[in-house]
Amino acid sequence: MDQEHMEDMLKHVKIYVLVFVALAVLTLVTVWASYLHVSKPMHISIALFIAFVKGGLVAAFFMHLISEKKSIHGFLIFTVLFFLVLLLLTLFTDVSMLRSGMGIPNASPLMQHAPAAAGHGGH
Amino acid sequence: MSDELIHYIDTPHPVTGVTNSKFGIWLFLATEVMLFGGLFSAYILLRTGDPNWPHGGDILNIPLATINTMILITSSVTMVMAWASLMMKKIGNYRLYMAATILLAIGFLVVKSFEYAAKFEHHYYPSTNNFFGIYFTMTGLHGLHVLGGVFVNLYLLIRVGKEYRQNAKKFTGRVEAAGLYWHFVDLVWIFLFPAIYLL
Repeated sequence: MDQEHMEDMLKHVKIYVLVFVALAVLTLVTVWASYLHVSKPMHISIALFIAFVKGGLVAAFFMHLISEKKSIHGFLIFTVLFFLVLLLLTLFTDVSMLRSGMGIPNASPLMQHAPAAAGHGGH
Repeated sequence: MSDELIHYIDTPHPVTGVTNSKFGIWLFLATEVMLFGGLFSAYILLRTGDPNWPHGGDILNIPLATINTMILITSSVTMVMAWASLMMKKIGNYRLYMAATILLAIGFLVVKSFEYAAKFEHHYYPSTNNFFGIYFTMTGLHGLHVLGGVFVNLYLLIRVGKEYRQNAKKFTGRVEAAGLYWHFVDLVWIFLFPAIYLL
């Protein structure tokens, strides 16, 4: 093992420690933020934003994605997009969601003539 | 039955650009995204359909879960340090970090069992209502993944002497693959914790 490789790995170790500290701090921030007096959508946005930052740090540095080959990036992006499509497909075609305007305040319903159903999955 | 096996390769594959084990583990993680993603979407759908969904903090123990989050994050660091030690040919350090990872994971499961026990004592079961159904299913499935990781890491801890001597690169690749799985388990918890406990 040559000196260069060793120095390279030690640089990586420094980054791992920094990421660990960042993750610990962000965990405490997440908990703190959950006690703020903000609206529900704001709570969700804040929590998701911090979670994505934390997840991004784990993925980029612990899972080495930041230095990974394009093939891995490509097929991960595909996975995420595919999952989003599946998620949105079920959400946007759910009858009671459509009728209530997708849970958005003051939105008009998207399906005026949907048959009456007893909540989600009522058949 | 075809004779075409996906062999272990030392150098990056000409098509994928990475070793077969690395590509394989990422493929597996993609399926795990589908698994947990499906459960997350079930959670979203159930929750938006229920105006009386309880606030997680009113029912669940947030301080305990925060400690558990810290435990898992630390185990992720010790796991990557184990791999880095192996890359630097420091087998002693590798053993320490891997043992730490395993112990922290067991710690996570111990805390989880206390959480579950407390719920069962109050007669809250997965069948009680949708909130508990989702809580037990998602944290339970995640816990099973943690347990599986413990077994894999134990194997890698015990076998380092023999397997590292036989083929250092191959064994390091195995540890890296186990590490990717472990970071994914941590990643799921990073999303699960705020989603169920805090929101």
